[in-house]
Amino acid sequence: MEVGQMQRRLMDYTKSLFMEGFLDGQFLQLQQLQDESNPDFVVEVVSLFFDDSEKLLNDLTMALDQPNVDFKKVDAHVHQLKGSSSSIGAQRVKNACIAFRNFCEEQNTEACLRCLQQVKQEYYLAKNKLESLFRLEQQIVAAGGSVPIMEMGF
Amino acid sequence: MTTAKVLTAAVSCATALMLVHIIPDLLSVQTRELFLKNKAAELDREMGLIRTQEETGRHVRMLTHEIRSTLDRHTILQTTLVELGRTLALEECALWMPTRTGLELQLSYTLHQQNPVGYTVPIHLPVINQVFSSSHAVKISPNCPVARLRPAGKYVPGEVVAVRVPLLHLSNFQINDWPELSTKRYALMVLMLPADSARQWHVYELELVEVVADQVAVALSHAAILEESMRARELLMEQNVALDLARREAETAIRARNDFLAVMNHEMRTPMHVIIALSSLLQETELTPEQRLMVETILKSSNLLATLINDVLDLSSLEDGSLQLELETFNLYAVFREVLNLIEPVASVKRLHVSLNLAPDLPEYAIGDEKRLMQTILNVVSNAVKFSMEGSISITAFVAKSESLRDSRAPEFYPVPSDNHFYLRVQVKDSGSGISPQDIHKLFTKFAQTQSTATRNSGGSGLGLAICKRFVNLMEGHIWIESEGLGKGCTAIFIVKLGIPGCLNESKLPIMPRMSTTIHSQIAFPGLKVLVMDENGVSRMVTKGLLVHLGCDVTMVSSSDECLRVVSHEHKVVLIDVCVPGIDGYETAMRIHEKFTKHHERPLIVALTGNTDKVINENCMKVGMDGIVLKPVSLDKMRSVLSDLLEHQVLFEAI
Repeated sequence: MEVGQMQRRLMDYTKSLFMEGFLDGQFLQLQQLQDESNPDFVVEVVSLFFDDSEKLLNDLTMALDQPNVDFKKVDAHVHQLKGSSSSIGAQRVKNACIAFRNFCEEQNTEACLRCLQQVKQEYYLAKNKLESLFRLEQQIVAAGGSVPIMEMGF
Repeated sequence: MTTAKVLTAAVSCATALMLVHIIPDLLSVQTRELFLKNKAAELDREMGLIRTQEETGRHVRMLTHEIRSTLDRHTILQTTLVELGRTLALEECALWMPTRTGLELQLSYTLHQQNPVGYTVPIHLPVINQVFSSSHAVKISPNCPVARLRPAGKYVPGEVVAVRVPLLHLSNFQINDWPELSTKRYALMVLMLPADSARQWHVYELELVEVVADQVAVALSHAAILEESMRARELLMEQNVALDLARREAETAIRARNDFLAVMNHEMRTPMHVIIALSSLLQETELTPEQRLMVETILKSSNLLATLINDVLDLSSLEDGSLQLELETFNLYAVFREVLNLIEPVASVKRLHVSLNLAPDLPEYAIGDEKRLMQTILNVVSNAVKFSMEGSISITAFVAKSESLRDSRAPEFYPVPSDNHFYLRVQVKDSGSGISPQDIHKLFTKFAQTQSTATRNSGGSGLGLAICKRFVNLMEGHIWIESEGLGKGCTAIFIVKLGIPGCLNESKLPIMPRMSTTIHSQIAFPGLKVLVMDENGVSRMVTKGLLVHLGCDVTMVSSSDECLRVVSHEHKVVLIDVCVPGIDGYETAMRIHEKFTKHHERPLIVALTGNTDKVINENCMKVGMDGIVLKPVSLDKMRSVLSDLLEHQVLFEAI
């Protein structure tokens, strides 16, 4: 596949991620921060996000598994996750976290567990999508093209 | 005795003989004398006639002179009649003029004014036709209607003669046309010899009458023309005066309007700003729910009013043509993004899906009036959002090629593409209430609201589209709306002309402040030492990335202790994330204050928070923070935050 086609595919894919709400404007901000002095900024931040989130999700699973759930701790973790996801523009993950926090306040274990499932689902979906996105970018760069920055947003 | 008898006889004989000779002589002498007497009388008569003729001729000359010496119609006619009457010793002399309808002759002038002026006869009497068809004076019967000028009496009326007087109708008086004979109008002059006289019309008298009639005709025409031109001149003068007055009134009105606007511009906006600013501040204070509701309503209404004022003032300056576009190079993509950013909150509240589609061949930078283009796009998009209750809004933008440039709905729009310019075509389609075809033309009229919009309580003034239309026209473009009808949504389309930057004939440098963010940001805050305290690794990294991009020298810490250890007077700004539970950002701030007692050594402390509420605001102010910034922070926001901070040493932004 030649570069132009790949670029078009990337653009369409990126567009779809925005349309479907996986990403929001913050992601574009990240892309803007990437330049010659910082060529892999986005990938680095997103990778950090993945590591952070996996850890947080594990902690959350453990915390909610306890007989006496420490909701304060749970809330702290969710807060962290919310912060990270909003920093990179993972909109659906962030929204799931917001819902989660409400149930933490209510100290409703059942609901929290459900939310955790939801958050995990959203996270894995987002991870998947972002990894595909990066793969497409790598392919373009490997083929000698440059990654187009499509400036559009919601 | 006999001698006497003889002598007597001799004398008698002699006498008788002599008489015989003398009587014929005597007779012939008598005859001669009679003859001579007759001759003399005849000669006298002829002499008298000639003298009369000469006098008449003189009179005619005088009459003609009189007639021609005046351009006053009335004088001409009166003079004619009077002089004719005197010259020819007429009983009566009258002039019949055709009425405006041309169907009757009206008795207009008489010599003796004993008859009612205004008496009319129909024009198509045979006697009249007879007179009109001949250029000579015609004898007419004294009993015909035109000649019945004297009250009937026991006298034998004198002979009557009538002659036509050609009138040149003014409408025949074309510059290059000659009047046609068939459309000639005539007046009738009737002359009556004295009654009870045995006078008859002589040929020379008739000739005189004809000559006079012709002269009168000419003189009348002159008089008519003069009257017309005088009337036209007066009319023109009146019109001039009226126009002058109107012009002065218009100038006064414009001056008054401009003065009013200049004053109102400032006078209206100042209180507006005060109301909005204070209401916003009021919102930040502690209020009961009812009070909060009231303040919010005040804010909403005053924002609406501010928009209305701006619209009206804008429109006024647009109307008198004083508005000029401010052309500069700008980022076209950024304009669309900004519009989306602005419209997203409203759209998401209404659960409307907004999508933007920018064609790949759309240039990223263009030359034009960025502010007004954005205003136009925003207005059109917000209308789409306003009138849609559900569904989606799609915004498409592309470069208009020649086929799509011409639109059957805009036949007078002739765009001419060139090398330095391109035509941007923007289409905003919504799935809202739609508009019926007959209402479409009203949309761009000031203040006119269609039925459907009025009932929707849109809260708009109806000026938005009118203003857009003017902006679009200024940008040499066209804007229109298509809708298939009520309930079928509608599409707003506009085309504007924008310049292409980087052309050879462009005088301005293409580098403008907003164009290249890297260039700007590197100039922005070179080497500014910033300390960032944030526990969240990802968020910390992003903030660092932002600041590095802006050229700052960034140090990252993740705890309060670390922060206090690292902070020094070299750091100009400390960014503390305060919404992290477990780490007390406020305490950190307080301890920084303690550490740096001298004011000028202390770095500026700014709180980064995910949400603002009054509690957080209060706490920040209490601990002596210099500013609050709401996350997520965009690059532009960070830039402006830092520049405001460094300039004013303080930053408190509401959102």
